[in-house]
Amino acid sequence: MNKRQTAVQMDKNLNRREFIKTTAATTAGVATIASGITLTTYANVASENPVTNEKRWGMLIDTNKLTETDIDDMIDACQEEQGWGSEILSTGDQKSGWIKKIKVKDTATDRISNLALMCQHCEEPPCVDVCPTNASMKREDGIVLVDKHLCIGCRYCMMACPYDARSFVHEELTDQREHMPRGKGTVESCTMCVHKVDKGEQPACVEAVDSDAVIFGDLYDSNSKINQTLKKIQSAQIRADLNLNTAVRYSGI
Amino acid sequence: MSIIRYEQTQGKSLGFYALIAGLGAFILAALGAVYFMEHNGHHVTGMSNRIVWGLPHVFALFLIVAASGALNIASIASVFNKKVYKPLSRLSGLVALALLAGGLMVLVLDLGRPDRLIIAMTEYNFNSIFAWNIILYNGFFVIIGVYLWMMFERRMNKYSRTIGIAAFTWRLILTTGTGSIFGFLVARQAYDAVIMAPMFVIMSFAFGLAFFILVLMASYKWTARPLGNAIVNRLSNLLGVFVAAVMYFVTVYHLGNLYLAENSGVENFILVDGGIYTKLFWYGQIILGGLVPLALLYSPATKGNRTMLGLASALIILGGIVQLYIIIIGGQAYPMELFPGKEILEGYVGIAAYTPTLPELMLGLGGIAVAVIAITYLVKFLPFLPESLADDVVDPHHKK
Repeated sequence: MNKRQTAVQMDKNLNRREFIKTTAATTAGVATIASGITLTTYANVASENPVTNEKRWGMLIDTNKLTETDIDDMIDACQEEQGWGSEILSTGDQKSGWIKKIKVKDTATDRISNLALMCQHCEEPPCVDVCPTNASMKREDGIVLVDKHLCIGCRYCMMACPYDARSFVHEELTDQREHMPRGKGTVESCTMCVHKVDKGEQPACVEAVDSDAVIFGDLYDSNSKINQTLKKIQSAQIRADLNLNTAVRYSGI
Repeated sequence: MSIIRYEQTQGKSLGFYALIAGLGAFILAALGAVYFMEHNGHHVTGMSNRIVWGLPHVFALFLIVAASGALNIASIASVFNKKVYKPLSRLSGLVALALLAGGLMVLVLDLGRPDRLIIAMTEYNFNSIFAWNIILYNGFFVIIGVYLWMMFERRMNKYSRTIGIAAFTWRLILTTGTGSIFGFLVARQAYDAVIMAPMFVIMSFAFGLAFFILVLMASYKWTARPLGNAIVNRLSNLLGVFVAAVMYFVTVYHLGNLYLAENSGVENFILVDGGIYTKLFWYGQIILGGLVPLALLYSPATKGNRTMLGLASALIILGGIVQLYIIIIGGQAYPMELFPGKEILEGYVGIAAYTPTLPELMLGLGGIAVAVIAITYLVKFLPFLPESLADDVVDPHHKK
């Protein structure tokens, strides 16, 4: 029997059970190593800059100072930073809207206010409570996020959110931002520009406003501008009756 | 009671194959619709970021709610010891399983990422009613499976009451869970009412029984087996009671909401000036799905007439689908109260529009087809149906 014949013979002998064994072992091996690599990567990032509950990132929007142009600039900056808003096939309410311009009129006095509405990063987020797969989650520093790898697209979080803050991706997407993977069939919302905040920067929408109509910072830090301003002025949470303790606060409404 | 003999249906007639072919066509259409929607993304549906759950959810929740209700017949026999219902227990379990399978199929195939079902099965957030429901639905399959085994296997018959009680308890929890999906949503004016949980339980009684009666009458008619009035009239009366109970809960739900100033807007929307939703409520849910069936079931002219019972059951099913449409779509269409005391002029305005598309409808109907085809096949392969349900077989006191 020459070598070639032996090989053929061995091939035949490689029965299904062995095939499954080998495949399973290989898969398990690759999976273990791959997850190891991933974990190490995350661990490195985390150890450099630990996210703790000693901070709580928040935002204060002063509707008396915020102009309509400011709001448009905020929306543009958010779209530019995160790459949403270029959906072509989605119509009207199907398009993503991480941040919206809201114009309200007081029914008694007819006073009109404009404000920017986005994820309010609740301390008790209903979206996180209802998410069946833990895809909706809150970081220790209060930022509410969607893990795009765990999201199954059930949209229960969108049913639960009192602020209409979440969007479902209704179509295939191209040309995404490297730091913000988005995917057809998953839910997304304002991340408070977590990728910038973790580098010590401010969210894109805050940077887009020249005045101090929007202040970003650590709500807990008594030296922070947001903390000091909130101590001085009247401010409100939207749907404060729900007791969700939002991280985005408004004054002037 | 005489000994009940169960027998498979023959399943060789032209009618059988025509039924299978017809249902098969619906299922193929549903799968085609799913491929279309998943391939393109949900932008090809009528759903949006305002109406996040559309027509598929209406069908899915209808089927899931009806599934737990279809089990009632078996529960009445085992838990409440009404012997006359006992011959129907096997079919009751089967219809429950089939409806749940159909409903879950629709629910899963409407996910944004149905390919990630494995995540839903492995990653649980125990604060989520949805996650609980996943466990409750899977458990329902297991419990009914065991229940059926106890009923089929003679030496296991003695355990069927115990497992029957477990199944009954499980199904009550399950429908409570389904109702709580909406009842615990604080954000929306139409939901956030704990009464929705018991209301869903009562709805399940009515929808499930209506579906069960249709299956029972059709299968006995098409297999030319005797089906006596003793059983049918009891089921008919029971159905009437359940429909009346649903209407009672609907009344209390709306009265409760009307009393609260914060909910008067949404009540006005559903009951008075909500356009399609108001029409669906009064003409569809209340008149066609409630008052007409009650009249058919109880008026002397139509009482005891099988065609009228069939019609009443069909109307109850239709009314049930309409009711879930109003709850699910109407409840989302009405805007959330973001700024009490203020009117929103821009950014989040007014009633959300929703026009269901054909693929969504086909997916929903496909769920019903899956349920019916499962029943049709399984009664052919396993002895679910007693060969006779004539009056003297089921009722020892029956006077000829």
